Amino acid sequence: MRRYPVLAALGVLAAAMLFPFVIVTFNAFKTPAEYSSGQPLSPPHGLNLDGIITFWTRVDFGEKLWNSFMISGSVAVLAVVLSVLNAYALGIGRVRGRLSILVVFLVANTLPQEALVYPLYYLAKEAGLYDSKLAIIIIFTVIQAAFGTYLLSAVLGQFPREILEAARMDGAGRFTALWRIVVPISRPTLSVLVIFFFIWTWNEFFLPLIFLISNDNQTVPVALGVLQGEREMDATTSSASALLGIVPAVAFFLIFQRTLTRGVTVGAIK
Amino acid sequence: MATESKRGRGGGYYLYLLPSAVLFTAVIVVPFLMNLGTSFTRWSGVGTARWVGLENYARLFADERFWTSFRNNVALIVAMAIIPTVLGLVLAAALFDHIGKRFGSRTASALRAAYYLPQVLPVAVAGVVWGWMLHPSYGAINKIFGLEADWLGDPDLALATVMTVMVWFQLGYPVVIFMAGLQRADPALHEAAEIDGASWWRRFWHITIPQIRPEIFVVLLTCTIAALKVFGPIFVLTRGGPGNATMVPSYFSYLNFFQKANVGYGSAIATVLAIIIVAVTCLFLLFQEREA
Repeated sequence: MRRYPVLAALGVLAAAMLFPFVIVTFNAFKTPAEYSSGQPLSPPHGLNLDGIITFWTRVDFGEKLWNSFMISGSVAVLAVVLSVLNAYALGIGRVRGRLSILVVFLVANTLPQEALVYPLYYLAKEAGLYDSKLAIIIIFTVIQAAFGTYLLSAVLGQFPREILEAARMDGAGRFTALWRIVVPISRPTLSVLVIFFFIWTWNEFFLPLIFLISNDNQTVPVALGVLQGEREMDATTSSASALLGIVPAVAFFLIFQRTLTRGVTVGAIK
Repeated sequence: MATESKRGRGGGYYLYLLPSAVLFTAVIVVPFLMNLGTSFTRWSGVGTARWVGLENYARLFADERFWTSFRNNVALIVAMAIIPTVLGLVLAAALFDHIGKRFGSRTASALRAAYYLPQVLPVAVAGVVWGWMLHPSYGAINKIFGLEADWLGDPDLALATVMTVMVWFQLGYPVVIFMAGLQRADPALHEAAEIDGASWWRRFWHITIPQIRPEIFVVLLTCTIAALKVFGPIFVLTRGGPGNATMVPSYFSYLNFFQKANVGYGSAIATVLAIIIVAVTCLFLLFQEREA
């Protein structure tokens, strides 16, 4: 310890940061009796799945996972499509007024959802889309595409002109050039965007909380957030619910780690 | 072909903006203007809205609850932007110069991953994790330390507790960004200063910080905006309570929209919040422009 004071201090901090993850995991697998008689810090005696099963069946967690997956997946793909179309016009087409158009996208991205929520709620009700996944998919497609357009326009602004020129000589129209040349060459950037949009949408809480009120439509964070602190939840069931929220998020992080660490600095512009 | 090139640059490309033009109008522009419009009315959400001019704004500036919510928001800016930036700078520099060089980059990456892990959680799930750990009767924290504190229910503790949770949640983001920035920076300057006998703190202050100034700007801006928008953790942990101890503008507007049916008043709060966020963004960008 004395020889490595800095390492020791940083190690203690790391332990503190990981502490909640460890505590949640340990206690999600205990029986209520084991929890109340023992220390939360001690590992469970066995793998007791009661808490997890109770919570899983109570909220139909499989359904919540599917809802989150469906919504985030659709948004990720649609928002990238929309971003590519915009960025093609702004970055490669260099349409007139592109700077002011970009500013509009940037402002749209920074606006708080609170300043849009009530009219969106009202309009969705009028259109019969309230409490539907479709409404949330449309809204987040637009919000994510605002960021995607901003980022991708800068990337496509650097696109090698000679390649496009060569394609034009060969008789490729604009759409062909986009679909056959720009999209395949920008694949790495586009896949980073798909992953980001997926995770950002998965993590959203405010608008899904308001729009997805029926149980059948709720996403994972909404289902967990709404049930938090409910009276009938005992300690181990609460712990299990937290663990069920952690697992998919950490899984995405591990699966996409390399893309994400490369992309986090890109995402910083957000 | 010929006709296409004659149309000149730009012409046909507008077509590609059409889907977004329609969707953005419907999802962003119209709702934003409607929100602005309703902020000048008294409306319960059903029936007709009554025009009241600036009454909601006048009421807002006289409302003690509104000012409390902004004071709490400043506290959350400290917890989500200032503290993580300062701590993140020290941690990133320590990991990069000290740990990375003396114990290998694997140790540095492992520590960085540990600090970053809370950031991968949906913020509402982070709230669920802590809500359970801080539960007054069966929570793990009280049980481990033999305490009986009501962390989120005691008006004197609630804000500090939420701030601590947010520091935990936010810290990894600046560490990762700053470490990436340090990798970009030129090591020669650092080495020269070290040979000249400059202490670690002096090098940190005079070399490291100026080198990653752009990253510091980005982190401060994004974290401040995130703090101004904070909703999930407040909803999950405290619902703004006890009393108004953890009330923030975004939750205050939600309350007026969806629980009190004061849509006009809620719209005014949301509009003020939007103006502040856009103003903060512009200020940062202007400042950055001048520095560059």
